[in-house]
Parts: sequence; C-alpha cells; structure tokens
Amino acid sequence: MTNPSENAVTVRNVYKNYGEVEALRDLSLDFPRGQLTSLLGPSGCGKTTLLKIIAGLIPATSGEVLVNGEVVKAPGPDRAFVFQDFALMPWASVIRNVAFGLELRGVPKSEREAIAEKYIAEVGLTGFEHSFPHELSGGMRQRVGLARALSVDAQVLLMDEPFSAVDEQTRRKFQEDLLGLVQNENKTFIFVTHSIEEAVYVSDQIAILLPRPSRVMEIIRPQGFRDKDVDHIRRDPEYLDIVDRIWASLRSYVE
Amino acid sequence: MTVFGIKLPNMSSLLLWGLLWEFIGQIELTFFLPPLSAIFATLLEIGGTKAFITALKETAHAFSIGTLSAIVIGVPVGILMGKSRLIDQLLLPWVNLFLSAPLTALVPVLMVLFGFGIKAIIITTALFAIWIIVLNSRAGVMQINRSLVEMAHSFGASPFDAFTKIYFWAALPEILGGVRIGFIRAVKGVIIGQLLISIVGFGSLFELYASNFLMKHFWAVLIVLFALAFVIAEFLAYLERRVDYYASRR
Amino acid sequence: MLARHRANLLKLCSALIVFGAWEIAGRIPVSFAFPTFLESCAAFWALLIDGTMFVAYLETLKPLVIGVFISAVLGIGLGLWIGLSRAFDWLVSPIFVVMQTAPLAALIPLLVMAYGIGLTSKVFVVCIMAMPVIVLNTGGAVRNTPASLIEMGKAFLGSRRDVILKIILPSAFPIIFAGLRLGVSAGFIGAILAELKITPTGVGDIITYSRSIADYPSMYAAIASIIILAVLFLNVLERIENHLLRGSRKSLAAD
Repeated sequence: MTNPSENAVTVRNVYKNYGEVEALRDLSLDFPRGQLTSLLGPSGCGKTTLLKIIAGLIPATSGEVLVNGEVVKAPGPDRAFVFQDFALMPWASVIRNVAFGLELRGVPKSEREAIAEKYIAEVGLTGFEHSFPHELSGGMRQRVGLARALSVDAQVLLMDEPFSAVDEQTRRKFQEDLLGLVQNENKTFIFVTHSIEEAVYVSDQIAILLPRPSRVMEIIRPQGFRDKDVDHIRRDPEYLDIVDRIWASLRSYVE
Repeated sequence: MTVFGIKLPNMSSLLLWGLLWEFIGQIELTFFLPPLSAIFATLLEIGGTKAFITALKETAHAFSIGTLSAIVIGVPVGILMGKSRLIDQLLLPWVNLFLSAPLTALVPVLMVLFGFGIKAIIITTALFAIWIIVLNSRAGVMQINRSLVEMAHSFGASPFDAFTKIYFWAALPEILGGVRIGFIRAVKGVIIGQLLISIVGFGSLFELYASNFLMKHFWAVLIVLFALAFVIAEFLAYLERRVDYYASRR
Repeated sequence: MLARHRANLLKLCSALIVFGAWEIAGRIPVSFAFPTFLESCAAFWALLIDGTMFVAYLETLKPLVIGVFISAVLGIGLGLWIGLSRAFDWLVSPIFVVMQTAPLAALIPLLVMAYGIGLTSKVFVVCIMAMPVIVLNTGGAVRNTPASLIEMGKAFLGSRRDVILKIILPSAFPIIFAGLRLGVSAGFIGAILAELKITPTGVGDIITYSRSIADYPSMYAAIASIIILAVLFLNVLERIENHLLRGSRKSLAAD
C-alpha cells in the first residue's frame, strides 16, 4: 500500500495513551516525499503529540512510525525539529546555536561553523552571527531555529507551530519563505498549525485532525494554486473554497 | 536620585552618613561612637599587627573551606534532586527544615563534637551556606525549558552532552543566585561561629577589645568585616547579573 | 492521591533513615558527646513534662516577640517611606543593604557594653537581625507596584491617600508578608544568639547548663526543640501566606 520511495514518513496504527487519557487512537497517515504536509486541527487534537512521536521524542503506546522505511525508536539524523518556542540556548551566540546540532554530532568547529554560516545567510541573518538570542526579535529567533534545523541536513523537517509566536507580518513573510524552501530544498516538511489560512497557504497536503479521540477526519490536497505566484494565492478561488470548507467542518468542534 | 540634574550614585548616601558619624564622634556624644577618622587611623595602626592578620587569615581559611565544601556538595546534590524525584522526595524535607531552622542553635553541638577550634567554625560556615545552594540548584534544574531538553534530545545528545551543554548552563543563573545568598549566609555563619567559640579569629579580637573597652579598635574590625562582606556580595551579584539576561527571559 | 501517598511514605522513610543513622551513630558511639536518638527523645520528654521547657520558652520568646513586633512596625513604616520617596530611598536604603549583607552578630559585644546584659540588649539583637529584610522587602514591593494600577487609581480620581491605602499596600502585601516571615526567621537566630552569647536564659540556659554538666541528651533535646519550634512556626506563617494570597502574584522575597 505504501511505497517507501513515494512516502518519506508513514504513520501506521499509532495509539498514544497518557494514563487513562487517550491522546491518539489508531492513527495512520502518509507523508509524501518532497512535499509539505500540514497537521491541522483545534487545540487538544494531538497534532503536536503526533509530531513528537514522529520525531522520536515520545514513544507511541502501540503502532509504528516509518521514516524511509525504517522504524522510529529514537531521534535520528534523518529528522530535524523546529520548536514553537524556538528552544534557543540563551547563553550561546547565534552561530553556536545554529551549529549546535552539528556540535553534538562531533563535527569539528571550523567545519560546522562554515556550514552554520551558510544557513545563517540563507535565512537572512548575515551579520548577526555573534549576537545572542535576547538581542533578536521573535521572528529572527525563529530564523535561527530554522537555520539550526536546516544545517544538520535532515531529509525530514518537523515544524511545531513554528510561526505562532511571531507577529502577523513576520508570519506572512515566513510563509512565503517556507514555500520557497519547500521548492528548493527537496525535503519533506511536516508542519503543525492551528491556522486554517496558514495550512491552506503553505501545504501540498492537509490532514485535518479531530479531538477526543484523535483521528484523521479528512485529507485535502490543494491542486490549482500551488504553482501560482505567491502574491495570487490568497485571491485564488480554490484557496478561498478550501478555507471555507475546512472552517465549515471544524466549526462544530470549537467550544 | 537626581540633584540639580546630576544623578547621585546608588550607595553615595553612605558618605553622608559617614560625615554624620564623624560629627557625632567629634562632639563626643557617646563613648561608644568614636569619630570615624579616628577609627580609620586605628585601622591603619592595627591593620599590620600580627593579631589582626592572624585573625583575618583564620577567618578567610574557615570561610573559604566552608563555602567551597558547601558548593562542591550542594550544587551536585541540588542538581540530582532536580533530576530524580525519589532523591528529591527523600531529601527535600530536610533541606527545607535546615533552610529555615535557626542554625545558630547547632553551634554548641558542633563545639562539643568537633572541639573549640577551627573545625567547628568551618562546619558552621558550611552549614549556613549549603541549604540555599542545594535548593537553588534544584530549582534551576527543575525550571529548565522543556523544549531545550527536547531540542538536545532530538539532535541525539548523549546524557553527558545534555548535562554539560544544557542542564548546567540553563541552571547557572539559579545556581549562582544560590551561591551568592549562600556566601552572605556563610559570612554570618563564620562570624557567629567565632563569636560563640571565642578563642579563634576575630572572635578572640572582639573579646579582647570589648573587655578592654577599646572602641576604636572594635569599630575598626567591624568596618573591615562589613566592607569585606559587602564586597563579596556585590562581586557575586555582578557575576549573577552577567548571566541575568537569559535568566529573566524564560 | 497515589502520588501523595507515595510522597508521605517517602517522607517517613527519609525520617526513619536519618533517625536510624542517628541512633546507630549514638550507640557506637561516634563521640562521647553524641547521645542516641532515643536518649535524646527521652530527655525531650522529661524536659517537656516537668515544665522546664515551658518556663524556658516563656523567657526565650520574650525578646523574640518584642523584637519582631518593633521590627515589623518600624520596618514596614520605613519600607513604605522608602518605596514612596526617591530621596528617602537614596538616603536610607544603603544602610539596610549593608546591614543585610553584614555579619551583624559582630555587633553583640558592643550592644552588651552599651545596654548591659538584660532584655534590652536581647531585643536589640533580634531587631538588628529581623529589620533589614522587612524594610528592604517592603520598600521593593511598594516601589514595584504596577504603574498601570496606580494610573488606574488616579484616572478614577483616587486621592494620594486612597492610592496608597487601596492600591499600593494591597498590591505590595504578598511581598511584605514574605519579608515579615523572613524577618521572624532572622529574629529566631537573633534570639538564640542572644541567649548563647549574652546571658544564658530560657532555652539557652538549658543548652549551656546541660553542656556544662555533660548531660548531652538534654542539650540535644533543647536544641532540637528550638529548631522544631522555629520551623513549625515559620511553616504556619507560610501556610497563612499561601492561604491569604491564593491567586495573587507569587512573591519574590529576597533573603
């Protein structure tokens, strides 16, 4: 059913219980290679839990996650995580933060700093290499988090509501940049968000999750506007239709 | 405070109080308060004497060994408590008990157990300092941002790497805060120990000066002690402020 | 419920371990001056039922209560003034800052010279120990009243008096109370120090006397009693604090 060359990540029959509470029930989902899949749903639907299970940060109660055909048991070099609260080390400079993943892998200092340098430039932070996180704005901090995830060259990028802690304008810029990244980097992105507009704007595939018990309600694949210019997406009739459709089906789950 | 548009430094009012002290001393209002200038003159006089230097040496010796052992034992115990629930639940009641207990009451016990000497004073000093160091190190570890730990984990950090690269640094502001308060308490402990075991260090000097009513000498030693305590506290506060930027924002 | 049960069980365990170690160490014995736990308990009981302890505490608590009362009234008054007036803050705060870091115990010989060996000296010792922390906490709390609250008071036409009594003081109350608790804690140290250094009265007398006749169990019992009393009393204060201040901002009292 699943072809490992097509799907970078496969989630099969995953259950997750916290004591009595059932966080995920029999969840199965495929993540096509080279594409961006959003996990979208109201709070409490277990989307971050699923993402952390894929990352190997928390174990599933049962079921399995395959990354490139291999079962996930722990975090691995094939996946990199982008955190909602950035998770930057406040005592370390930008360049050390970006190079930290490589530092833990034992890459020599000069080599890892050269790589970090490249990704700092790619996210547009040239000149801030020796600044500290508290000297940067929220948007810039998340760029550091993004550069850190890119610098370890993992095939799968796991993003946990990465733009929810930045202001609206910065967020829009991030979304545009993310589209460029998906096109140029040939990586698989798994993107958790609670914003319907954001999910529709950036995704090749949207998995809508419902809470209690968590399950995949629907998978939507926007077709028409993905290749259009970023400036036109928000006016595209298909974009607007999908946004409306998702809201219509989620509305009843909002308290 | 600003006067005529000039911002007066924080502790500058102490100069004013010093002048007042000098004035009261000069008009000989009370026998117990000799003029400040006379006290400083006495200080220069006794500063080089053997008795004073011995007292200072003995005190510094007890203080440094006491605080050093408090740090060496306290920080790892605190970190351990922060990481292991079992150890935490076993030790926390005692740490809290000794943190708020009037430890002065224990000095007589230390005296009979360890003799009327430097050993009892060292232990008193360490006892005064250690509990807050333990508690703060524990707090530092417990409030570590979870996603920092997850971040290290997701990049495959070994337990050793996680400890030396994340836990220690993330808890550093709290640890330093604990060490600072611990040092302030240790200064008090070393003096209380010497007062009660009054045959070593400044304790014996106080006894000597007080029984001979040498007010200037007495004040001279007091001022040295207070100044030393203040300098130590300020220096540690300065260190703490240097890492403050990442403590405040979590 | 289960976790609570476990915590209590562990507390019991830890007490058993410590008291057991004490008992064993006393039986070896590690020192001629180290009675066993049970001997000390027996001595405690004896002191308790023949009324010695009761009489002793009446004596010990006298300077403590008077000293803490004076420190509280004066300390909160001064702290309030410090918090409200920049000039007074500049003038007076440094004295208390120095007092807080200084080993004030060294002043005791001087106090004895000036005020003799009676109650006055002892009250003084308690005051100089307890006052700085009360003054500085009150001052800090008053100074740091949220500006928006004070502006709100002014916007609704509150008089200066109203703003102080109805906004500044209630808002500063948690930290003032925490400062008082720390003041009481320091006062205990002062009271005991006074009894051990100035003249042995009350519990200090039991400690000094039983040491001189080598009745170590009684000495340990007296010391344990004062520690238990102090810890219990401070715990009660903390409970009251937590009860009164449910939901208000957590105090950041400085020691």
